Amino acid sequence: MRLLRRFFMRLCNTAARQIDEERLNDEIEEHLALETAENIRRGMSPAEARRQAQLKFGAVEAIKEEYRAENRIRFVETLVQDVRYGLRTLRKSPGFTIVAVLTLALGVGANVAIFSVLDGVVLRPLSYPHPEQLVSVELSPLALDPTLRGMAPDDYFVFREQSHTFQDIGIYLETDSDRDVNITGFAQPERVHALNVTDGALSVLGVPAMLGRIFSRSDDSPGASLTAILTYEYWQRKFSADPSAVGKTIVVDGMACEIIGVMPRNFRFLDLQDLAVILPLGLDRSATHLGDFSYFGIARLKAESNLAQATADVARMIPIALRSFSPPAGVSRDFLEKARIAPNLLPLKQDVVGNVSGLVWILMGGIGMVLLIACANVANLLLVRTEGRQHELALRAALGATRKRIALQLLVESSIIGLFGSIAGLGLAAAALRFLGAFAPSGLPRITDIGIDSRVLFFTLGITLFTIFLFGLIPVLKHAGVRASLSDGSRTIGVSRERHRARNLLVTMQVALALVLLICSGLMIRTFRVLTQTNPGFERPAEIQTFRISISNSDVPDDANVPRVEQQIQDKLAAIPGVSCVGFSTAVPMDGDNRFDNVFAADRDYAPGTVPPLRHLLFVSPKYFQTLGVPVIAGRDLTWDDVYNKIPVAIISEN
Amino acid sequence: MARPKTEVQQGTLALMVLKTLDVLGPVHGYGIARRIEQISGDLLAVNQGTLYPVLLKLEQEGAIASEWGTSENNRKARFYRLTRAGRKQLRTEREDWEETSAIIARFFTAKAEDLA
Repeated sequence: MRLLRRFFMRLCNTAARQIDEERLNDEIEEHLALETAENIRRGMSPAEARRQAQLKFGAVEAIKEEYRAENRIRFVETLVQDVRYGLRTLRKSPGFTIVAVLTLALGVGANVAIFSVLDGVVLRPLSYPHPEQLVSVELSPLALDPTLRGMAPDDYFVFREQSHTFQDIGIYLETDSDRDVNITGFAQPERVHALNVTDGALSVLGVPAMLGRIFSRSDDSPGASLTAILTYEYWQRKFSADPSAVGKTIVVDGMACEIIGVMPRNFRFLDLQDLAVILPLGLDRSATHLGDFSYFGIARLKAESNLAQATADVARMIPIALRSFSPPAGVSRDFLEKARIAPNLLPLKQDVVGNVSGLVWILMGGIGMVLLIACANVANLLLVRTEGRQHELALRAALGATRKRIALQLLVESSIIGLFGSIAGLGLAAAALRFLGAFAPSGLPRITDIGIDSRVLFFTLGITLFTIFLFGLIPVLKHAGVRASLSDGSRTIGVSRERHRARNLLVTMQVALALVLLICSGLMIRTFRVLTQTNPGFERPAEIQTFRISISNSDVPDDANVPRVEQQIQDKLAAIPGVSCVGFSTAVPMDGDNRFDNVFAADRDYAPGTVPPLRHLLFVSPKYFQTLGVPVIAGRDLTWDDVYNKIPVAIISEN
Repeated sequence: MARPKTEVQQGTLALMVLKTLDVLGPVHGYGIARRIEQISGDLLAVNQGTLYPVLLKLEQEGAIASEWGTSENNRKARFYRLTRAGRKQLRTEREDWEETSAIIARFFTAKAEDLA
């Protein structure tokens, strides 16, 4: 307590300066006067009395110095002095200052920006309670293609009922074409992103609804009255944040659904963006067949379970599922057993972030190198500049400045540059992130988690100190100790050669680092060029318009009529002036839709126990290829007659 | 050659200052210096100026307080007095000191047979 009190008083005194000097002078004067009077009383001459008094008092200047040291904080005082002096000298050479600060700002800014991405995407845990318990549960057919992943309803039911390691499990549909629904009943019909889940897929995340509730198992049961949950953004947009939206009805794909809940503002379902409504899948256990792997699974592990145990648990249950359900028409149970379906469980975060993590780390490494180059650059500038100040440093040393004092002063100057550079860099990074937010490359996961927060600021502080240490220490090491003479003439060749060595070393390092960067970025550009020159397989993309339509059950109840409606739509579209050709498909090139199935060639015998590979499939209408400009090399296009007469025809790809 | 007079350490000097103020009441710096000199029988020739940094330190710690007044020869002088905290500090430091000196005294008087 006493120490603290004293420290603050001294701090105040350091700020106030001067004031107490006068008090001490008065006290000394008074003391000497009294002692002199005493001495005169003892019989000394006035001059001798004064002299003796002074002798007894001791060295006045030394006492004053001690008094000052007692009164203020020496270090803070010199630091303030150094900062002032540093600012003044930097202002005197604006060219140097601007170049150094800008160089650092670029280096620091790039690093902070990329670190924000790294932190938001890779490092930070998912924003659910106990994210370490969340796993993605997928299965892979090892014999067919181990890279495929998916979950089937039959497995979901078995896992849900018989697992020893999951608290709960849910599955959901993710592909784009499955995610879009029509919302009608408002003034303007709308097509929005939807998510179809079983009740567990939401509840395992552990995020409660902001209004209302999330799905219960009975909401997700077949035959239950239809329900829907809104995301916060959609609720804001469509219901103007009206709390009475819960309980109202919206029409989704022609079906009236009761809104039972609204999710909180920052809720994200894994990495799905622009989600509007969440709907229950309502899977019917009694109608479930084996092997429809178009779903994805997530589960929450029990607190005492780990990923390996869960994987073993799932491996145990796969054969149970195979025995418990019947295969769909046209597929044998034997075939599914041959596919060697195996568990493929991952921590949920790894599943969400995927292989972007490696890329971001590589980027971080590259950008780190840029920072090193920036530091080498600034260090070089500082070296040249300090060399020009030999005279000044020598003068200060001659006047009694210690090595420590000069080193501190050089370091303070470097710190000022470093600080300004970092502040400017932070500004650059903030601007860059805003830009990134607006023009994010598609496929960058967790983009909403990227931003400048306390962790990023901490990182900035860290690299600021690091850079100051890197470039600030070099001139200190080189110059603080050198007792250069005041006269220019005495600079020996040896000294200057030694000085040049440091600069040469820096330049060499800089060139080496730059070369590495150049090669890396060259390779990246080459990859990019090759990618842009790849033939996408269709012609004149600028002339092609794609859009989605869906024909809801309520509009065309009879499935047999759907092709006719499709043909009518095609004809009407084709009649629009400016439209030359129209076609339909379940997917267009490069939209990431992946529908796979095994293809058996009719004229070939398959050895028992082998399974033909999975092939990419597409359902198309007549004129689809003509519309895209994909050449048909041999044979003919589909016709509507093929469709109406259900003639089994197929077109195969050249490769 | 005469032995140099004992150098007064800062901590000891601070204790002497506190005790002086305890006995004399409010007094100026010169008065404190004289008193210490008298009591120590001139053995302790304080480099009198060193008193002032100690006074400043004690004041910053809150053990003493000071204000301007008029000295006996009608000059402006700064008078120091003990605060409550200073009185308490004096008491504890005195106890510490007496304890320490008693221990040291016992060490010097102890003989080999006492330890047997």
